[in-house]
Amino acid sequence: MLAGIATGGIYACMALAVVMIYQAIHHLNFAQGEMAMFSTFIAWQLLQWGFPYWLAFVLTIGISFVGGFIIERTVFKPIENAPVLSHIVVFIALFAIFNSLAGFIWDFTIKPFPSPFGNASLFGDGLIGAHQAGMIVMTFVVLVLLFAFFRYTRVGLAMRAAAANPESARLVGIRVGMMTGLGWGMASAIGAVAGILIAPVVFLEPNMMLSILLYGFAGAVLGGLTSPGGAVFGGFAVGVVENLAGTYIPVVGAELKLPIALFLIIAVLVFKPNGLFGRTIVQRV
Amino acid sequence: MLLSVRDLRASYGAFNVLHGLDFDIEQGSVTTLLGANGAGKTTTLRALCGMIKRSGTIEFDGKPINRVKTEDIVRLGIAHVPEGRGTFTTLSVEENLHLGAMTRPRGEVADDVDRVYALFPRLRERSGQQAGTLSGGEQQMLAIGRALMLKPRLMLLDEPSFGLAPLIVEELFGILDDIKTNMKVSMLLVEQNAALALDLADRAYLLETGTIAFSGSSAEIRDDEAIRNSYLGY
Repeated sequence: MLAGIATGGIYACMALAVVMIYQAIHHLNFAQGEMAMFSTFIAWQLLQWGFPYWLAFVLTIGISFVGGFIIERTVFKPIENAPVLSHIVVFIALFAIFNSLAGFIWDFTIKPFPSPFGNASLFGDGLIGAHQAGMIVMTFVVLVLLFAFFRYTRVGLAMRAAAANPESARLVGIRVGMMTGLGWGMASAIGAVAGILIAPVVFLEPNMMLSILLYGFAGAVLGGLTSPGGAVFGGFAVGVVENLAGTYIPVVGAELKLPIALFLIIAVLVFKPNGLFGRTIVQRV
Repeated sequence: MLLSVRDLRASYGAFNVLHGLDFDIEQGSVTTLLGANGAGKTTTLRALCGMIKRSGTIEFDGKPINRVKTEDIVRLGIAHVPEGRGTFTTLSVEENLHLGAMTRPRGEVADDVDRVYALFPRLRERSGQQAGTLSGGEQQMLAIGRALMLKPRLMLLDEPSFGLAPLIVEELFGILDDIKTNMKVSMLLVEQNAALALDLADRAYLLETGTIAFSGSSAEIRDDEAIRNSYLGY
């Protein structure tokens, strides 16, 4: 259970990033995990060059934000009216590009990544270490910041409006393209936070995000794609379910853990398509 | 002249909808565009706001705005209440109003929200509610309230009576009259309901398949039985 919450923290981070992009563009970004992985490598490189941890942390987030913004403006702006399939193809292309690029620049050997919180065991006999606890706290900090940003700032409101009704948003003077770019930047930055927090647990290598993104998707879908808070909850829930099932259902074991995520996605989509906390959109005419 | 339009043309793809419209809107007046379905009324409003490709000259307050983007036309003080009301259905009523003042200084917004609530008390009752749950009439009020939040110099209204019960329509046009006389907002009103529109408007243009068939003061059109019979059907 505790171990589940700890891994759940990882998925919650990732689910949060997934939901952010979904809010901005209404597509699931398959390259999200690879973008996060790439950001983590940037952080690793900065640390190798001798930057202090938190400076590297902040720099990486800044770089990822700008990177996400630029990707949206250069790659996705030209195809904004293209069919969904075009977007998916581009997502897959980005996925492959980031994956190979990271392998090319930093090679595929597995690298350790430091934790700012240390590795001391807090309680639960080493099930939850200081790093896991720090990670969970960070996830909640990000969540609260995001919530405050979307609820109480003008730009946050403008971003929600641009996603909800782009044409009306233009009619009240919102620069919709800018908002989409911002959404990408933020999602990429959150992905960077997720990647940096996850790396000490799973170690750094170009494929580190593959399964985590799947769990992240599962968490996001479970919690509801329209709800950042739901996504975080979903992430934790997926972590707990995965661990409990892996431990207590003998058939499942370690090998069948991943299909649980996929099973969850399908089950939620069939029985509660909006997720647990997703908003059912009511529309009267 | 607040708005002066010459030879306005617009098309959807290869299909021309407007074939060169000339019209003017005087400061402080209400002008209405009348015409049957498909005459090009909505297209005219969309062309003014740069939501579709257009050609010709459009001058607002003496400055050409043909090449100005939709987002920036708003900043000049032109508020568009679009066809279908353009509600942000997933956001709250109050958030919808705040969005109308997106381009204005933050400090004045709270007072203006109050002013809109005074005009539409029913919106105040529903301020925290998701806007998509409002009735059609309330959503239309919200759309007009959102437009007023801009403190517009010109308001473009696309069929505010569409799909509403007669009583609600009457209430709505009463409020529009109030806005005209007390707030001195100029309006360009597109309507199917000609009788209603002529009561509110000072001047009317009659649109027929993308050209202006007739123009004159509201009284002139109201009193011209031939026009009424052949174009307006009442």
